[in-house]
Amino acid sequence: MSDSPIIGGGAMLQPTPFHRRTAALNLVNAWERWQGHTTVTTFLSPEDEYFATRTAASLYDVSPMLKYRIAGPDAEAMLDRLMTRDVTKLKPGRALYGPWCDGRGRVIEEGTLFRESAASFRLNAAEPQLFWLEDCAYGFDVTVEEVTDAIAGLALQGPLAKRVLEDIGLGEAARLPFFGLGRFGFEGGEIEISRTGFTGDLGFELWIAPERAETLWDRLMAVADRHYLRPMGSQALNTLRIEAGHILINVEYVGANHALRESQMRTPDDLGLGWAVDPKKPGYFNGRRAIEAERAAGGPRRRLVGLDIEGRKPAHAAYLYAGRREVGQVTSACWSPVLKRNIALATVEAGYAEPGRKLKADVYYVKEVTQGRVEAAATVVEPRFYQPAHRRG
Amino acid sequence: MKRYDAIVVGAGHNGLTAAAYLARAGLSVMVLERRDRIGGAAVSEERHAGFLYSSCSYVCSLLRAEIMRDLELSKHGLRIIPYENSATIARNGDSIAFFHDPAKTRRSIARHSRRDADAYAEFNRDIYRQCRMIRPLLLETPPDPTSVRLKDLKGLRKLQKAFAQLGEDGLAQAMQFWTMSCGDFLDRYFESDLLKGSLAGNSIIGTALGPYSPGSAYVLLHHVMGDLDGHVGAWGFAVGGMGAISQALAAAAQEHGAEIRTAAEVEQLIVRNGRVEGVALVGGEEVLGTRVVSNLDVKRTYLKLAPRKELPTDFLEAVESFKIRGSSGKLNIALDRLPEFPALRDEPLLKRGGILISESMEYLERGYDDWKNGQWSREPFLDITVPTHYDPTMAPPGKHYMSVFVQYVPPTLADGPWTPEKRDAFGKTVLDTIELYSPGFRDLILDCWVRTPWDLENEVGLTEGNIFHGELTLDQLLFNRPIPGYAQYRGPLGGLYMCGSSTHPGGGVMGAPGANAARELLHDAGVRRAA
Ligand SMILES: Cc1cc2nc3c(=O)[nH]c(=O)nc-3n(C[C@H](O)[C@H](O)[C@H](O)COP(=O)(O)OP(=O)(O)OC[C@H]3O[C@@H](n4cnc5c(N)ncnc54)[C@H](O)[C@@H]3O)c2cc1C
Repeated sequence: MSDSPIIGGGAMLQPTPFHRRTAALNLVNAWERWQGHTTVTTFLSPEDEYFATRTAASLYDVSPMLKYRIAGPDAEAMLDRLMTRDVTKLKPGRALYGPWCDGRGRVIEEGTLFRESAASFRLNAAEPQLFWLEDCAYGFDVTVEEVTDAIAGLALQGPLAKRVLEDIGLGEAARLPFFGLGRFGFEGGEIEISRTGFTGDLGFELWIAPERAETLWDRLMAVADRHYLRPMGSQALNTLRIEAGHILINVEYVGANHALRESQMRTPDDLGLGWAVDPKKPGYFNGRRAIEAERAAGGPRRRLVGLDIEGRKPAHAAYLYAGRREVGQVTSACWSPVLKRNIALATVEAGYAEPGRKLKADVYYVKEVTQGRVEAAATVVEPRFYQPAHRRG
Repeated sequence: MKRYDAIVVGAGHNGLTAAAYLARAGLSVMVLERRDRIGGAAVSEERHAGFLYSSCSYVCSLLRAEIMRDLELSKHGLRIIPYENSATIARNGDSIAFFHDPAKTRRSIARHSRRDADAYAEFNRDIYRQCRMIRPLLLETPPDPTSVRLKDLKGLRKLQKAFAQLGEDGLAQAMQFWTMSCGDFLDRYFESDLLKGSLAGNSIIGTALGPYSPGSAYVLLHHVMGDLDGHVGAWGFAVGGMGAISQALAAAAQEHGAEIRTAAEVEQLIVRNGRVEGVALVGGEEVLGTRVVSNLDVKRTYLKLAPRKELPTDFLEAVESFKIRGSSGKLNIALDRLPEFPALRDEPLLKRGGILISESMEYLERGYDDWKNGQWSREPFLDITVPTHYDPTMAPPGKHYMSVFVQYVPPTLADGPWTPEKRDAFGKTVLDTIELYSPGFRDLILDCWVRTPWDLENEVGLTEGNIFHGELTLDQLLFNRPIPGYAQYRGPLGGLYMCGSSTHPGGGVMGAPGANAARELLHDAGVRRAA
């Protein structure tokens, strides 16, 4: 320690409510920044953390996610105007995933909307949204409140996640339906649990008051060895989410409210989120006319696709060619340990985006101290590479 | 008698930049400086034993990296260290801080308004978009929109491309930036007074516009369009003070054979048959040159040095009405030790960066009212830095140098010109203001050098003490800077060029006017490529 008033002074990055616990287990001291918080990159072995998730269960601290509570008599109407999906069909005790757009149909972000009761919702986002939400709330009888710091979040994901919950006295939560949401008694208080996640596997997200976060962590870790339950860092999560075909903001696209270049913005159809646009719902929602116009004009100019790539070298940022024509670029790539396949998410000109289309990927890779380069065959496939049946079970 | 290929009048950083590029291209160059030292407003001076002051300019962001590379300024000793954060402190003990890490900035703003914290990300995006458009234009000669010469058409095409890549939203914002007041612009995003005050600071520095005067939004952009080490809008300190920039430029010029003479004030240009042939110094000595480059502002160049009768009357009228109004002052203070700022108690690291006193838009507008009334702001805007955090060589061990930039200060006062007594009273206003935010501050002062616009004019040669060599409003920018029709570093006299801050892209320690002027001269001289 230095007694200098300058060095090491002041509040800098914020610890999450689980920080003391994760810090004790972070054996390689691998940290990164996430929305102003220190979060774990890997505890010890990304492979072990990954396989725990695919074969048993893992814990991932999602507390830095931005959370907004939207409540009031008009909450449903306001959110229905915000989001492209039909929010009026969302029942209390359920969650939905979907995008929200600006007036020109460009995705601002996508996230999970939880309906906690008839007149109270929570929206989770990766980037600050308060400015937009408040503007959208104009004229509606609702309050919009950021509750990021008031709720600690822990993702419990993996095929054995239900057993873990049962083992800590949350058997009732284990029976939640896919995208279900509920409040349960836990250790003399309450916990909110949703059957949601980002890994494409069976899983839950646990939401609890920050002051009770460590209790939750301790209860879970006390049964860790009985279930091959492992704390996980962001590195393993990235492989999991690519396998699941989940897009990531600032990787697959830039939010319309933060993009410097219009060319980096995407419509829901560009991102393969057309299924999450509900043009049949009555009334206006932000972006409606632009999305309809794009559809009427023959659809998006480019599409997010999955790629199945020959060989073993992850095609990070690879340019894609059809013959000699450059038709797109990889946004995320990894070797999939569960599929034993070389996979990627990519943005491709619409005319080259149909499944089965053969492209060439220009893959650069590290060859000891030089860069190697191969041209690998890449086949367009559906981006949801890994969708185990037990996910919804 | 020797005839130089080029004579540069004035050894400000732009004159030195031009000289270095010209010499590098093989021209014989003579730089003539009125003062006993080089640098103009980019200068370091030891006034109090052991303390080196950045007497005028104090922080660096705008200096083009291209110039650093071309002229090998690091080889000549130049180091520029970005500082990571800045903070605005409020009288009630509160603060707002800005960091390179957007999440940290967000948290700081959120203490005042969560909504503003989110809006700040969008504000930044809009600023960056404009910076991306403007930045490539800085080291370009502004194209003449009325010309059909290939060079101008190419330039216009580039401008059009820059507009096109902005997109519809960006283009609308560009118009807003160039015409709107900073206040109106900020009101579109924010509600917090302290946040708006913090951001508006950049829109009033050096200008005779108030935060609600149309056009002031551009001044904000001018202050954030620089970049350091990949951080857009970041500012840094030059090791050895801002004079180190001029010293490195001079060393580069001399390495390539340029001569630099100080205490050599040019009294007039020698003009024959509409062409300059050299200059006459005070005392009568003549220095001959095929081309002359003036580092002085457009008024001094054409109204003081050039013979009026050789110039078109309409041109002279335009020069006379060029807006160049003084509005800034500066205190250089030697401190016995670091001052305490209770508002930064929880985050002492913030003391290393810029510290602003700028409570609200209202605060700034009232300060501007005083200026209009011929008084210095009774409650002034202050931009405080302590460069010795990063460069301890500027003060004896344990001691510190503090630079205090002050806005608004009129070039002459309602009750008559500046006097030493009025200068002291002005200094007292500033020190009293700092004392409000840092109780006990006065007791730490070892030396305090107060500079009014009058001092800046008389010592440094800045007309009215205007730090930019002319107001940065759209009517005086791009192909209108300094005079419509004469924006390409040339004027009506053959062989005479301008390279100072009154030319595109304007003031600040940027070097771009100097580099651009040199390129134009070399073009005329038929020198194709710089060595
Ligand atoms: C108080 C203050 C603070 C500032 N702060 C900053 C800052 O922090 N960051 C920033 O980027 N910019 C800042 N600026 C602006 C910046 O310093 C100037 O815009 C820039 O230095 C101007 O450079 P220049 O080479 O164009 O002209 P100048 O520096 O004005 O150079 C002109 C030179 O010509 C000489 N000269 C004048 N008349 C004659 C003559 N007849 N014969 C021979 N020589 C003559 C002068 O002595 C001078 O050396 C500040 C300016 C001031 C005054």
